[in-house]
Amino acid sequence: MPDPLTPVLTKRWLGPESWTLRHYTELGGYEALDKALNTPPDDIVALVKDSGLRGRGGAGFPTGMKWSFIPQAKPGEEPRGPAAKPKYLVINADEGEPGTCKDVPLMMADPHSLIEGCIITSWAIRAHFCVIYVRGEVVHVLRRLHAAVREAYDAGHLGKDIHGSGFDLDIVVHAGAGAYICGEETALLDSLEGRRGQPRLKPPFPATAGLYAAPTVVNNVETIATVPSIVTGGKDWFRTMGRERSPGPKIYSLSGHVERPGQYEAPLGTTLRELLDLAGGMKDGIPLKFWTPGGSSTPLLTADHLDVPLDFEGATEAGSMLGTTALMIFNETVSVPWAVMKWTEFYEHESCGKCTPCREGCYWLAGILRRMVDGEGTESDIDTLLDVCDNVLGRSFCALGDGAVSPITSGIKYFRQEFVELCTAQQRHPEVDRIVELSGASA
Amino acid sequence: MTQAPEKPSEQDDLPPVPEGHVRLTIDDRIVDAPQGELLIRTCERLGIVVPRFCDHPLLDPAGACRQCLVEVEMGGRKMPKPQASCTMTVAQDMVVNTQMTSAVADKAQQGVMELLLINHPLDCPVCDKGGECPLQNQAMSSGRAESRFVEEKRTFAKPLPISSEVLLDRERCVLCQRCTRFSRQIAGDQFIELLERGAHQQIGTEETAFGEGEDFQSYFSGNTIQICPVGALTSASYRFRSRPFDLVSTPGVSEHDSSGAAVRRDWRRGAVTRVLAGDDPEVNEEWIDDKTRFAFRYTQSAQRITRPMIRGEDGSLVETSWTEALERAAGLLTAARDGEGPAPVDTDGEALEPKRGVGVLPGGRLTLEDAYAYAKFARLALRTNDVDARARVHSGEELDFLAAHVAGTGLGVTYGDLEEAPAVLTVALEVEEEAPIVFLRLRKAARTGTAVHHLGQWSSPAVVKTGGRLVRCAPGREVEALATLPDPVADGLAQPGAVVLVGERAAEVPGLYAAVSELVARTGARVAWVPRRAGERGAVDTGLVPTLLPGGRAVDDETARAALASSWGVADLPATPGRDTAAILRAAADGELAGLVVGGVEIADLPDPDLARAALGAADVVVSLELARSEVTEYADVVLPVAPVINKAGTFRNWEGRDRRFGTTIDPSGGSAGRVGGTAATTLPDCRVLDTLAVEMDVDLFTQTPEVAGTELARLGTGRPATVGPVRGPEHPDQPETTDEEGTELRLASWRQLLDGGALLADEPDLAGTARPPRIRLSATTARRLGFAEDDPAEVEGPRGSLILPVEVADLPDDVVWAPARVPGTDGTTVVTLAGLGLGHGGPVRLGGGSPMSDGSPS
Repeated sequence: MPDPLTPVLTKRWLGPESWTLRHYTELGGYEALDKALNTPPDDIVALVKDSGLRGRGGAGFPTGMKWSFIPQAKPGEEPRGPAAKPKYLVINADEGEPGTCKDVPLMMADPHSLIEGCIITSWAIRAHFCVIYVRGEVVHVLRRLHAAVREAYDAGHLGKDIHGSGFDLDIVVHAGAGAYICGEETALLDSLEGRRGQPRLKPPFPATAGLYAAPTVVNNVETIATVPSIVTGGKDWFRTMGRERSPGPKIYSLSGHVERPGQYEAPLGTTLRELLDLAGGMKDGIPLKFWTPGGSSTPLLTADHLDVPLDFEGATEAGSMLGTTALMIFNETVSVPWAVMKWTEFYEHESCGKCTPCREGCYWLAGILRRMVDGEGTESDIDTLLDVCDNVLGRSFCALGDGAVSPITSGIKYFRQEFVELCTAQQRHPEVDRIVELSGASA
Repeated sequence: MTQAPEKPSEQDDLPPVPEGHVRLTIDDRIVDAPQGELLIRTCERLGIVVPRFCDHPLLDPAGACRQCLVEVEMGGRKMPKPQASCTMTVAQDMVVNTQMTSAVADKAQQGVMELLLINHPLDCPVCDKGGECPLQNQAMSSGRAESRFVEEKRTFAKPLPISSEVLLDRERCVLCQRCTRFSRQIAGDQFIELLERGAHQQIGTEETAFGEGEDFQSYFSGNTIQICPVGALTSASYRFRSRPFDLVSTPGVSEHDSSGAAVRRDWRRGAVTRVLAGDDPEVNEEWIDDKTRFAFRYTQSAQRITRPMIRGEDGSLVETSWTEALERAAGLLTAARDGEGPAPVDTDGEALEPKRGVGVLPGGRLTLEDAYAYAKFARLALRTNDVDARARVHSGEELDFLAAHVAGTGLGVTYGDLEEAPAVLTVALEVEEEAPIVFLRLRKAARTGTAVHHLGQWSSPAVVKTGGRLVRCAPGREVEALATLPDPVADGLAQPGAVVLVGERAAEVPGLYAAVSELVARTGARVAWVPRRAGERGAVDTGLVPTLLPGGRAVDDETARAALASSWGVADLPATPGRDTAAILRAAADGELAGLVVGGVEIADLPDPDLARAALGAADVVVSLELARSEVTEYADVVLPVAPVINKAGTFRNWEGRDRRFGTTIDPSGGSAGRVGGTAATTLPDCRVLDTLAVEMDVDLFTQTPEVAGTELARLGTGRPATVGPVRGPEHPDQPETTDEEGTELRLASWRQLLDGGALLADEPDLAGTARPPRIRLSATTARRLGFAEDDPAEVEGPRGSLILPVEVADLPDDVVWAPARVPGTDGTTVVTLAGLGLGHGGPVRLGGGSPMSDGSPS
């Protein structure tokens, strides 16, 4: 049996001072850049397209296709419209999805892979300005990225005439202010422009009118950090990992009740059972109760789904989504309604407020769940929860609202009895009994 | 629910899709819609009302409230989620199912409505919006009767004043962002913004967010109250005053400027309770400025004159009957006209040449009908052309310009033309302060590609908000600047459809009207004259200037004069051009003119207030036709109260030359309906007063009612000759004298601000609270040279007094001082005008370091 781990992004993580340029270069870093700068940009786009790389931020949009949407001037023609504008690359490093912890360790342990990916991508889309939008709370990551960008400038990997190619690129590391919504790409762009971070109306899409209304590619950290390895290894090598429609390696981050939580880089399509083996099994041997495949916005799954192949198709077929492959593992000691309540409180707090369903729906749902967990719910509250979820799902402006109702609908789907039991407990509440008695309703 | 047309053959029988259109199906009905149209509009055209909150046809789509969700099918495939019809545009072969035909859309809408209401307070019974509230109405049409929400509602402290005139109730807010989008997109004022997030998201200002800072200092803030679909934004002056269903709504026209903006006046018990913007896409769209909206209580002012008054034996004014007042006025005016008044004597008691004649200063706020009556009264009853409605800086050059480009020209450049124009240049016109509706349209034009240039001194808010293209020049050097316009401006004006807008302040700079005339001749641009006051254009067209008769006929055009005389049934008309305002006042002061008939004129607004006071004091007879007590009242022998616009019908001819007719809002004869402060106001329209007064002087004007006067004016038509004379600049277009004995040659630049204590702003403290604070502006270099830092007090010194204001540094040319032309005093009644200090735009000025002796009042 082959090694279940495929360290591509994580292969340098355990080295001494892995984040330094020296370490990165010693292990072949910035060689892909030379190769890329000697390849026509369109060929890089085609290479990434052929490799089948899909966005690692959650939605799984084919990366090469996204790049090819950037309007480029036709050879020999005067560029007009969006093609005449500057192009921008924006890295979404606003990792804020509950349970998700892959981009932060990547940027901590190996920032240069991201920077090299940024340069290659910028070359491919003809951008000369790239922003890495980092979640503001992770100050240590900001410091490390700043240092790495400085190193790259000093080494001539950034700035003017990179590696003598004539290609110029500047990278700015930008700290967000800690709003979950700014992980939504258009809200991120508004935030980057100095506005209030709220999602934009689409169309126009960022590919034609993104940052400063110019064509913009917004990609996740892990996606871009994967690019140098594709340039070096080629598309066929890349496709040796993962599955037909979801090729390549993926950093699975396991948290919760497992023996060895952490990041495990394995081919897409790896199952939770395999990942649990790698992580030493459930903590203290207490059996698995439920888990999320990719953060709290992906509907939760149960022990019945241990063998679901965790790639974009597999997770969807199982009724969930791959998301960010942030696997939160919960054992039998955890109350599903309680966990769902905590997640919903997160969305209540983080809903940006732009649209009614998400803003008001999350407020209401959190209120009901708190009341239920406090033992003051009724069975009709379960129906109300589901109906409000139905009024939020697909009705909100962006996907935040959809994600917010995922834990509730999936929690009730698989663990309805637990919610009912909370309500049954409420019926025996002494205060209720007293009211019933006083009102004479028990007669 | 894929709805094929019921009869497939029908599809084939349909006419081809018109060019630029698409054909789609909405609720089983096939409809053609122009490309790019929003679904919600197409639905409206079909009579399908999709509920909505954030959608507003004049604002960019937001898609925030999600109330307008519908089901959409494209290419035979249903879109997985219901779509917001306010953000989705029509497409060929699209199939749309609204709540009328789709259970999914219906449930989505019901769901959003329920969510909107969970945190909405149940204070409809005390909410100003109750009864006219889109949320209330749509909750009835698209909501469920009972709420399932039993949790605690989110609460906020309320109300929160976000300016002195707008109050915010954050609990009621549905966060549709209409107000913030209006402010950002239409007005260009970013004083309000969303704060916080989630259910705690709220509208706020810098002040509400940080406890200090700017509040909602927009001239257009009242529009947000009107477009708020709930009771979140309410008017401080209207709050708790009445219920909408107790009000009578009457359409009207703004009396506050020359915009001709449509308004709706809501009133009850004889008093207007609020003014709202009317909907006129060709003029003001759906917006008005705050002056038009909030300044209406002047009709209820304690200063209102409700009965005729005559000066008694003891020299004080006493109320009397109309009969006596008119008789007295007629007698005095007849005597003054004919030089039969008291014989003047010199200091030695020697008899002097008798004074003869009466000058007429009707003021610039008259309706077309009243103006016509004044014009006719002057010519027939007073037999003079000494009439001038220009109660402001004026010149003979201006009269030439008006004759050549304005009088009798009918509808000229329109608001729509501004929007279409490739380039617009404003000259002597600070649009946001002096013509706010024109400003809004220029801003709209600028947003869609019109290059808006301003000839001015600094990047005022209007310049910034219309694209920031300033042709900067020193005050008084405007003529030179027009002759040497930068190429992009000159080229822009040479394009077809380009427009030059010139303001009345052009009269302040000798040669500027001539230069504008020359500029439009050179470039081919169209020109429009945008005066400040509502009646100015009408006054020009009805002959309320000394050189023009009604319809743009020239006084010195014998044929035209004879034709008019024949229409009026008189043998002849006074043939010599009359005196203008300044000359009338000088003649009265010098003892040449015996009498003055004065309409709505504020002494302080005149170019030389002291001369005006001298004139009024020297005249034997002063007859005042006024709404409210003013400085003129002190000099008047007879005071005849006239009706405010709400008590009469009439027409304002706006700057475009468009007639804006309005009916009576409150009929003053209708018993209690016309009461002012508990007393029945027996005020009449000027045209009626003048008609009766003329009868007492044995002259028939036939202007008993605005309708009659208007009909006669229309019948006269325009007498405009095919060619008009050139606009004569000053004979010696020398540069303004530049002498200052101390060597600091400072020049004054100035214009009026929108809210500066004008007569019609009486009794509106909430409105006054949003006035832009008066400032003196200097360039950084000049400020440094003179030793002023930002906010330092500086003293503008003129020959007749001084004024102290804080300094603000702006991008003026060096050695230029900008100050507002009129500054309301802190006591709310007095005003200081630069003219009163003996200062004028382009003239020399001195700036002192300020001293505690003169605290902003004239010394």
